[in-house]
Amino acid sequence: MTGLPTNELGQVVARSKVVVCCGSGGVGKTTTAALIAMEAARSGRRAVVVTIDPARRLADALGLEGLTNEPSRIDGGWPGELWALMLDTKSTFDGLVRRYSATEAQSEAILTNNFYKNISGSLSGTQEYMATEKLFELAVEGDYDLVVVDTPPTRNALDFLEAPHRLAHFLDHRLYRVLTAPTKGFVKAVNVAAQTLVRALAKVVGADVVDDAISFFQAFEGMDEGFKDRARQVDALLTDDSTAFVLVASPKADTVVEAGYFAEQLHDHRIEVRGLIVNRMQPSFERPGHTEDELATGPDAVRRRAVTLSERPGAEALVDHYTCLADARELARGEESHLTGLTDRVAPAPVVRVSLQPFEVTDLAALSGLGDVVFGRTTVSR
Amino acid sequence: MLIVAGKGGVGKTAVTAALAVAASSVGVRTLIVEVEGKGGMPAMFGSAGLTYEDAVLVHAAEEHADGVHGGVTARTITPDDALLDYLSSHGLQRISNRLVASGALDLVATAVPGIRDILVLGKIKQLEQTGEWDLILLDAPAAGHAITFLRSARGLADAVKVGPINTQANDVLELLCDPTRCRVALVTLPEETPVNEVVETAYSLEDEVGVALGPVLVNAVFPDLAGLATDPEDAAASAGVTLLDGEADLLRAAAEFRSERTALQHQQLDRMAEELPLPQVRLPYLFTSELGRAELDLLAAAVTDGIRHLDVPGVVA
Repeated sequence: MTGLPTNELGQVVARSKVVVCCGSGGVGKTTTAALIAMEAARSGRRAVVVTIDPARRLADALGLEGLTNEPSRIDGGWPGELWALMLDTKSTFDGLVRRYSATEAQSEAILTNNFYKNISGSLSGTQEYMATEKLFELAVEGDYDLVVVDTPPTRNALDFLEAPHRLAHFLDHRLYRVLTAPTKGFVKAVNVAAQTLVRALAKVVGADVVDDAISFFQAFEGMDEGFKDRARQVDALLTDDSTAFVLVASPKADTVVEAGYFAEQLHDHRIEVRGLIVNRMQPSFERPGHTEDELATGPDAVRRRAVTLSERPGAEALVDHYTCLADARELARGEESHLTGLTDRVAPAPVVRVSLQPFEVTDLAALSGLGDVVFGRTTVSR
Repeated sequence: MLIVAGKGGVGKTAVTAALAVAASSVGVRTLIVEVEGKGGMPAMFGSAGLTYEDAVLVHAAEEHADGVHGGVTARTITPDDALLDYLSSHGLQRISNRLVASGALDLVATAVPGIRDILVLGKIKQLEQTGEWDLILLDAPAAGHAITFLRSARGLADAVKVGPINTQANDVLELLCDPTRCRVALVTLPEETPVNEVVETAYSLEDEVGVALGPVLVNAVFPDLAGLATDPEDAAASAGVTLLDGEADLLRAAAEFRSERTALQHQQLDRMAEELPLPQVRLPYLFTSELGRAELDLLAAAVTDGIRHLDVPGVVA
């Protein structure tokens, strides 16, 4: 490992084998995931980042046109290696089915089943599930020092943590028994009620759909143990000490509330947040060392000055200047007050405030500059 | 009916609330429908959380500067509630509780993707037909999902050829594709990625759903401060004011930052205008940290003002 100077967050990354970036949508989570992986590559490690966002934002930032479900190497002249991929939910799921099928025929029966096609695309939590699956695959079977995962923009951290159990649970579904029972003669009598249910379903959604569902569950017979076992292993990886959950937020009131909710849910799962990155902080234009003097007065005082001056002829431009400073400080103060509770909650995890950059991160150079900001080597990247 | 859609973090909920206030302030009886059960909206009106029941957020006949409000009401419609509602109105009430309790909805939803969405949309269509509301604002799911959500009607109309779901899907499709009854307003921010996404979403919605698009609502646009072009020292001189030691540097730094951000915003807005031939309604950036009724009124005024300047009458009213 080379001696790239870094802050506490950088040390967290350096100690970890897996970093999970979680947070609500629109807070720069994908970009953050990318620069955590890039940081590892810059310090000589072999890192891979799994992105989930269907908007292909990271691909843009990395200057890669078509990220696929398999890692592609991104060359940036760093001592380590940076790999990136974009999660393809369906093909990851297909791979999982093939892995646990006893025979080729069984996997074919499942993969061509209409019900399965719907599940792999639309069962709620499937994307989260496949994200954890991909993470596990890369972390355990891949040859990487660090795996960074971006998580789907869910409101619920548990969706991600519990995703592996969901399919297992789904296969254990009471309706599974209801649907498969009519084929077993002797339980027919006790299942009259269940069949009423099936008939009602068929009436609403059509008999084809119900038939597809039944054959899906039948095809899955015997595979559930494999899935459950995998779910337990993924669990163990997620709660392992070498896995760090990093919370990404923006300083807006609603996203801070959601981030707090995430932290709480993780805590309930006995997972502590290892780092908090707050993106897009408004600079307050305070002068360090002058906190008590007139220049450090709050937004209200600055705004009053603007109002007073607006009476004065010739002061239009200066009024705009004071308004601008007041706006900036008001925003900065509001953001800090939103963050208070959250920073307390995640303590002692390091908190990194990344100020809003006066440019958009659209290429590797910009990403690398932002990395210097996040890992404390500079405050503003240009 | 106006469907408000946009990716997470663009302030879709605040914009929906502002649209409601704007509509209400010109006497329109407005209903907001939330489908994701998020908590933010009622707090903006100083009200408690939403349920499947109507909750009045702005009282009809509440007075304001230009006249009297038509009223804003809000409620949620979740798939579970909509399913129960649907079953009981189709004579299946007896088993409806068991269907939901046994998790049948999960299974059906998996078997028939889009059924949750169609149940919700079907319920909204039913509300539209009561004539109780002049405007229904649907706070749609985040952008990627919004397309799936709205596409569900076409998908189901094709996938399920007969039966009540087919009827439901066709009714919803008819509503969605009738520009006199329904439009989609996309919300975005004047930034690179949100603009890319809104352009992509707009074309997908038109091509794949066939829904008519209203103006793009651009949230958080910095108000112009023309005076920032003047250096603070010159500005102070022209005002006859002496700046404190170091003050000019601070003002200059703040002005530079703001000007750069503003220039980036304009660049993105121009690009969007080029790539997407839809009118833009711009809502101002709010510097206050709390979003309450006063801020909503401000946003609503910007909406009303923006729409008056458009040549497309009747988008909101």
